[in-house]
Amino acid sequence: MADIAELRKPLEAFEEQVAPATRVRGYWQSVLYRLRHDPVTLAFGAVVLLIVVLAIVAPLVAPFDPYKESIVGRLKPFGWHEHLLGTDELGRDMLSRLLYGGRVSLLMGVVPVLIASIVGGLLGIVGGFAGGRINTAIMRTMDVFYAFPSVLLAVAIAGAMGGGIGNGMVALTMVFIPPMCRVAETATTQVRALDYIEAARATGAGPIKIIRYHVLSNVLGPVFIYASSLVSVSILLASGLSFLGLGVRPPMPDWGLMLSTLRQSIYVVPFVCAVPGVAIFVTSICFNLVSDGLRAAMDVRI
Amino acid sequence: MTVIDRDNTILGPPALDPRDRGGPAQPMLIVRDLKKHFPVKGSRGKSVQAVDGVSFDVTKGETLGIVGESGCGKSTLARLLLHLIVPDAGELVFDGDAVNAPDGIRVDALRRQVQMVFQDSYASLNPRMPIRDSVAFGPFIQGKRKPAAREVARDTLRKVGLDPELFGPRYPHELSGGQKQRVNIARALATGPRMVILDEPVSALDKSVEAQVLNLLRALKRQFNLTYLFISHDLSVVRYISDRVLVMYLGRVVELGSVDAIFDEPQHPYTRALLASRPSMDPARRIDEPPITGDPPNPIDPPVGCRFHTRCPFAEPVCRTRDPALGYWQGDKAHAAACHMLDPRSGHRRSRDA
Repeated sequence: MADIAELRKPLEAFEEQVAPATRVRGYWQSVLYRLRHDPVTLAFGAVVLLIVVLAIVAPLVAPFDPYKESIVGRLKPFGWHEHLLGTDELGRDMLSRLLYGGRVSLLMGVVPVLIASIVGGLLGIVGGFAGGRINTAIMRTMDVFYAFPSVLLAVAIAGAMGGGIGNGMVALTMVFIPPMCRVAETATTQVRALDYIEAARATGAGPIKIIRYHVLSNVLGPVFIYASSLVSVSILLASGLSFLGLGVRPPMPDWGLMLSTLRQSIYVVPFVCAVPGVAIFVTSICFNLVSDGLRAAMDVRI
Repeated sequence: MTVIDRDNTILGPPALDPRDRGGPAQPMLIVRDLKKHFPVKGSRGKSVQAVDGVSFDVTKGETLGIVGESGCGKSTLARLLLHLIVPDAGELVFDGDAVNAPDGIRVDALRRQVQMVFQDSYASLNPRMPIRDSVAFGPFIQGKRKPAAREVARDTLRKVGLDPELFGPRYPHELSGGQKQRVNIARALATGPRMVILDEPVSALDKSVEAQVLNLLRALKRQFNLTYLFISHDLSVVRYISDRVLVMYLGRVVELGSVDAIFDEPQHPYTRALLASRPSMDPARRIDEPPITGDPPNPIDPPVGCRFHTRCPFAEPVCRTRDPALGYWQGDKAHAAACHMLDPRSGHRRSRDA
């Protein structure tokens, strides 16, 4: 048989030994590489970083005490007596309150998303990996939460538990767990069907080890991308809760709360009233664009 | 006893594996009446009869080839042997120990000695894991510490012809199909198995790479004293690598014999049709008519009697009613086929007595 003689050529004919010419680059290295070449994302990332840093160092850079009231200096326009952004209805410095308010808003934006990614992500991975009845139980429960619009759900939970930062965060976390769970579940279901999971089982690995070494690394990407897009939603929702009096309590400075109390003075000092709204807008759009950039950099079929 | 492999080279006495329990005469794996029916969603009581009463032995040190059309249950059978899919019924005996029996061998112990190489070389490697970690995962799971497991991975990669320094830190998407399949072979060998199930390991590769991987598999088998179960739908590949061949049709074994017996004296009409379907090397002997027509019947409602009777040119009433047993042909203990034509008492007009 000619074809068999052909097959018996010596083993040394390994042209395959040649490794690809590219540099060895891990997944996260390649993500960083792509991010470095994306100026738009880098620019908005810098703005996000600036907002975060300003919020952290607020006590150092705030020109006035954010709680100091002044009967005479109420509702003054931009630049009045060194109050760069004017004063609010109780004569407190707007710039200082904006800086301090950023702390609360960012906290309310990041913490619920973080907790929801961990809880929702774990539930989704467990459901997706276990499949069958466990999956049905978890995902149908999530569907119940999904039935309510997110704003309504947040307001309902916060309203039932009463206001305050803590309760507001719990309410937001509850809102974000179902979508987070769904993203993790979808990613896990896709991964679970692949041969390398089967191969890992064939070596005798149990479900925990398989999830830890093979599932997690493949599900973390989608979960992280989705979480980064939720931060801006969370900031908006948190401001909404504060606006309705269900989040931060006065006199603590918070962007949503500031917007809420200042709206009565919109005809007196319209620009001052718009300041917290602009802050919310800028922060959320920056987070959104950074998230888009991350998605583009991370969503590579490898 | 000496081992003489198909190249007629005498390799000397077989290396004694300390894990060997039954001695050289004990088959590595005995499979008896293995069954797996998958329930069909939406229709109560119906099921896909993927593997339906399959029995065979795998002798130590041999390569048993399994051939059959797509959907005949080859891959399900492979997964059943490793308990990746739990069988509905049937018996597995590994080196004298019944698998999952109270006094037998446990599944996780079985998985230390039997490994598997999958068809899709891409899907069987974690895309987020460097090659060396994928290979080291098996030894790590089976109790080695991470540095030791990495060391094993390095050695094994070298043995499959990949430079561990060059390929170890790379990710699967940076490798060619042949290189990935080498990694998969290394991954299977890293745990030091005695038997390897190869589920269409070269089907997705192009011909020149296929030949390299096949030669690598033969060399590794000799080096590590392995037993292979080689699943493929490619008859020439099976002929090249196997010592014995098992032909499957719709979840059943239709013929089993040495590679020469199957290819030179096929007994079952299905085996003959399979062999006739290969394009001939001689243009004058090429055929235009397909030797076998139609698709295999639906495994949800397999034909009663002989499962091949719907496509068999020799089908008679007896084939539609009685299921032929896998009988030894002419008393030859090594060559068996399940066909009424080989059984003098079957009543088939073409059977030897009639």
